[in-house]
Amino acid sequence: MYAPDFAYYRADSVAEIGRLLRKHPGAKLLAGGHSLIPLLKLRLAAPPALIDIGRIGELKGISVADGRLRIGALTTHAQIAASSEVAAHAPALAAAAGVIGDPAVRNRGTIGGNVAHADPASDLPTVLLALGASFAVATDDGERAIPAGGFFQDMMTTALGEHDIVTAVDVPTAPEGQGQAYEKFSHPASRYAVIGAAAAVGLTGGKVGRVVVTLGGLVPAAIRAGSVEQALSGQAPSADAIADAAAAVSNDLGPDLIGDIYASAEYRRAMAPVCVKRALTAALKRASSVAEAPAARSPWWKPSWL
Amino acid sequence: MAQVSITVNGKQRTGDVEPRLLLVHFLREQLDLTGTHVGCDTSQCGACTVLVDGRSAKSCTIFAVQADGSEVTTIEGLADGDNLHPLQDGFWEEHGLQCGYCTPGMILSAVTLLEDNPSPSEEQIREGLDGNFCRCTGYQHIVNAVQNAAAGRA
Repeated sequence: MYAPDFAYYRADSVAEIGRLLRKHPGAKLLAGGHSLIPLLKLRLAAPPALIDIGRIGELKGISVADGRLRIGALTTHAQIAASSEVAAHAPALAAAAGVIGDPAVRNRGTIGGNVAHADPASDLPTVLLALGASFAVATDDGERAIPAGGFFQDMMTTALGEHDIVTAVDVPTAPEGQGQAYEKFSHPASRYAVIGAAAAVGLTGGKVGRVVVTLGGLVPAAIRAGSVEQALSGQAPSADAIADAAAAVSNDLGPDLIGDIYASAEYRRAMAPVCVKRALTAALKRASSVAEAPAARSPWWKPSWL
Repeated sequence: MAQVSITVNGKQRTGDVEPRLLLVHFLREQLDLTGTHVGCDTSQCGACTVLVDGRSAKSCTIFAVQADGSEVTTIEGLADGDNLHPLQDGFWEEHGLQCGYCTPGMILSAVTLLEDNPSPSEEQIREGLDGNFCRCTGYQHIVNAVQNAAAGRA
């Protein structure tokens, strides 16, 4: 398959990206290309120009300062999954980055491209929403920060303007004692998330304190599962309490569930509580003072041969 | 047209390409390196896997212009003269292929796998080759081949 013809430009700095975007209306940014190139090959997009930003060093790398992880937009999923800093301060993000696509995809795909593309079946939006991340964006007028909660608006639709450039992703470092988890029900061929559930949970005096649960894969854009959070908050984290809270996810899903030939909307609706329960169980297990053992994984979830 | 200069299997190769030309087509059609295969053409099957700057990558999802200035290794560049790469030996010894279509991509993915983890468990091998489909072997002999290579390197 061939992409439609396009004019090709290469930017060497963020400032130059901005200049090129203003000069070439409708141009798209090419980072790792692992979201954009498949779209072009399928002729679902035909931008007149691509601006290759893949070589800009200032957009690469991971650092920790002032209670936040800063991940440059061109940092690859493989680099995030292998980072000891991400593992220490945002373990659910490390886990999610490590289950995107497959190893070769993770070697090329970037966090900035992933979030700007905003595929509903992507893993990172779900986790970044759960962790309260925000996106550093270069604009025509300077810079602004967009919280993940306002960034992912609809299927492949974000708050980014025509000339906006995601330059970094900022993730608050996990508070002491918080447990995080990302559970993915993966499509066996595409490895996109049929359902993805993220949880970040703290325990206070043996009771669930602050809890954030998010879902992706089955909804047009990642959502918070407020009913689940409300049901679990203040409870002792027993298996029954987790299961009851997970069941409340049906109130959060809304009418626009995604279904396809592999997994119908009804099936995904039925499986959502299972994924939420697993994410909560794993997160609570990791939270500092939890005594409950996690439920055993049922065999369909990940066969031993995968 | 854009000019690219890519070091392929240790040799600098240049060419005038349309920006939309995929790396796999540059390798196969302009350089006649047909060991890199096109399977699904949708980033899923891994038949087109090569090394770009030492890491496995799906050459059906990279424009040749993106690889300008990079080092690319294909299956043709793995052996040292008549001496096969340990992974090629492993696939030979353990019958890690039947039709052979997936084999170049399997081997190049396994190169990155063994670089990251020289002594992988069976499960780690299967995870490391998650992005490479084989429709013949049922994978067991491929796993054995990678284990053979890992043992040979140790």
